[in-house]
Amino acid sequence: MNDTINFLLVGVGGQGTILASDLLVNVGLVAGYQAKQAEVHGMSQRGGSVVSHVRWGKLVYSPLIGAGEVDVYLAFEKLEALRHLNKVRPGALVLVSLETIMPVSLTTSDQSYPEDVKVRAAVAKATSRAMYIDAAGMAAGLGNPHVANVIMLGALSKAMEKQSLTDGRLSPDIWLKAVAERVPARYIELNQKAFLAGREIS
Amino acid sequence: MIKMLSGNEAVARGAWEAGVAVASAYPGTPSTEILENLARYPNVYAEWAPNEKVAVDVAIGAAYAGKRAMAAMKHVGLNVAADSFMYVALTGAEAGLVIISADDPQMHSSQNEQDNRTFAKFARIPCLEPSDSQEAKDMTIAAFGLSERFDTPVLLRLTTRICHSSGAVELGERIDLPAQVKKYPRNQAKYVMVPANALLRHPLVEQRQKAIAEMAETFPYNRIERGGQLLGIITNGVAYQYAREVFPTASILRLGMSWPLPEKMIRQFAASVERLVVVEELDPFIEEAVRLMGIAVEGKSIFPIVGELDPRLVRESAVNAGLLPASAHVPLPDVDTGPLPARPPVLCPGCPHRSTFYILSKLKVPVNGDIGCYGLGLPTLGGNVILTIGCMGAGIGVAHGAAKAGSSEHHVAVVGDSTFFHTGIPALINVVYNRAPVVTVILDNRITGMTGHQENPGTGRTLQGQETFEIEFEPLVRALGVKHVKTVAAFEMDEIEATLKEYIKLDEPSVLITREPCALLPEGRKKWLPLAVIGEKCNGCALCFRVGCPAILKSEELDEHYQRPKALIDAGVCTGCEVCAQICPRDAITFRPVQEPVEG
Repeated sequence: MNDTINFLLVGVGGQGTILASDLLVNVGLVAGYQAKQAEVHGMSQRGGSVVSHVRWGKLVYSPLIGAGEVDVYLAFEKLEALRHLNKVRPGALVLVSLETIMPVSLTTSDQSYPEDVKVRAAVAKATSRAMYIDAAGMAAGLGNPHVANVIMLGALSKAMEKQSLTDGRLSPDIWLKAVAERVPARYIELNQKAFLAGREIS
Repeated sequence: MIKMLSGNEAVARGAWEAGVAVASAYPGTPSTEILENLARYPNVYAEWAPNEKVAVDVAIGAAYAGKRAMAAMKHVGLNVAADSFMYVALTGAEAGLVIISADDPQMHSSQNEQDNRTFAKFARIPCLEPSDSQEAKDMTIAAFGLSERFDTPVLLRLTTRICHSSGAVELGERIDLPAQVKKYPRNQAKYVMVPANALLRHPLVEQRQKAIAEMAETFPYNRIERGGQLLGIITNGVAYQYAREVFPTASILRLGMSWPLPEKMIRQFAASVERLVVVEELDPFIEEAVRLMGIAVEGKSIFPIVGELDPRLVRESAVNAGLLPASAHVPLPDVDTGPLPARPPVLCPGCPHRSTFYILSKLKVPVNGDIGCYGLGLPTLGGNVILTIGCMGAGIGVAHGAAKAGSSEHHVAVVGDSTFFHTGIPALINVVYNRAPVVTVILDNRITGMTGHQENPGTGRTLQGQETFEIEFEPLVRALGVKHVKTVAAFEMDEIEATLKEYIKLDEPSVLITREPCALLPEGRKKWLPLAVIGEKCNGCALCFRVGCPAILKSEELDEHYQRPKALIDAGVCTGCEVCAQICPRDAITFRPVQEPVEG
């Protein structure tokens, strides 16, 4: 692997972006990396854009990832996927959840929500390594829309193995343990199921 | 034991390990989690004060009484607390006293991006600046030690990227401090700041600053990381991390104490490199001090003075200034997404403030606002409701001033429950005392909302979960001398409108209190019950869009006659507050059924 792996997670307040980055940073730590995480609290539960930076590496200085240095881009919503796409490293691994959350600004303006083809075309210009995931649909199938974020992490864990983005020290068990440590006891089983469902996506 | 901690969690841990006994704060992003976390540790008294000045006085009292104490606030909170901050710089205390300022470069959640290192220089006290979570913990402990060694308060300055970034932290044990309280000091020459005593304290403070500057030469958090001789970087706080990453071969002087500065160390460092550059966020604070030493130095001629830094900004600025070769430039992907719909933070679905803002927008009266969730009404709600927002508690005084200037319009001030306690009360006293026909609206959502639900003097609970007296607004306001006072449930729109229409005709002060718990509180969530649009009745008039609710969407279905999109309610986020249902002219939105709502 590279000396560092930089993850940028983007979504909308309420989607569990911060929880996903908490899990990710803990996985990195348990796997023996130095790990850092940065985000801005305070406005996130109110439906605004949420951006979280997670970095793993032998030695990590900055908690923030410089634009152009994002190795893994995890977008929990399509409009947000477009909004921060210009920060990825050309050729980055990109995972986009095909969820649509309409911003309030659309009801009082003539702007429209970007169509799927526009999202895919923009991503294709940035990288050839992209996955599109119906995480919200899968989460609904599992009976809880709130586990879409963990489904995305499952898909990420599999994609990272396939692309040899880590040096083999990351087993699914490390991820499952991180999930168990972070979510409330009564939701552990559901979230672990969601994680494993995410790993089944090809 | 090693744990991932945010900078705020690490400061709380450090304070606890350092044996802090008393901590007081007013919530404010990005500082809030410091006290929230500290409050959960054993054998610590932690409280929310009504404002930052009170918080600092409380910490001072505890430190006078011989217990380690601290106060925490966001950067602008120190403006409120400045009076107390300045006197305690003269008096010192009997035990360690640490004042924490969490600055917000880039104004992620603030009205300005003032650089509070200047306050340390102003007060002649040391300013410590950690660069990561581990240091946030270690330097909190070091701050208490410095405070006691030099009999000075210490300013621990954090920034958003320290507060809200996480890293691994090695946890330690709490040090054992004597439990008994010493006799309160009978030392008026030191603690009674009348002119005769203060005059004698001032030269001692100047001597103290010299002694601290001398100590700074060997302070372990000021350190040189020796690299090449071509480039020397002086840096501090989170900027150190960016500099370390962008200039891997440069020599670096990392200043963990940004005031007072270690002059000999800086001179030696400057002499050892060919080009000397300061990488610091916001003000050229270190840069100017170094230049005053007569040393050639660059800084803000290369890096921006506005906003926060990040690795890219530092790198690209350095390439432009010839500090790095052009090959260091990091390319961006070739994507052009064009303009995208914005997603600003807005009033949440079910927000009890929405109804009042909507009515104020209809009345077209000038509204002077306040800091808090009310700012979230700005992007929507017809846009022009709130005409001014300055700082906490400002709106009432500003409305009074506008009225006294002879403004022909009837001025309204809106303020939240917690902000009213913070600095709203003296301003309302002024309105009554000096007789202005200002309408003050207290939006009482039963919690401090914007910062994520902190208790306040109106909620009946303390930070550490004790039940306490619940201050009621109506008797309080009446006691101040306001004759026209009414409390209305926040979703009773007709009554709010009628009351405001009556109050804006009065030539005396009036206060409307709108009351309803924040929809995100547990008791609010229990009442959620989504509404629906009755498709055949909606003609797409778009009036409900103007309430700016994230639950109201444009439907793909168009009205046949007008060919405009009908409204659609997202049942996943609608709480059933009925604001849209109340304003719909065609009764096209359902109301809640009359029976009790279902739990869930």
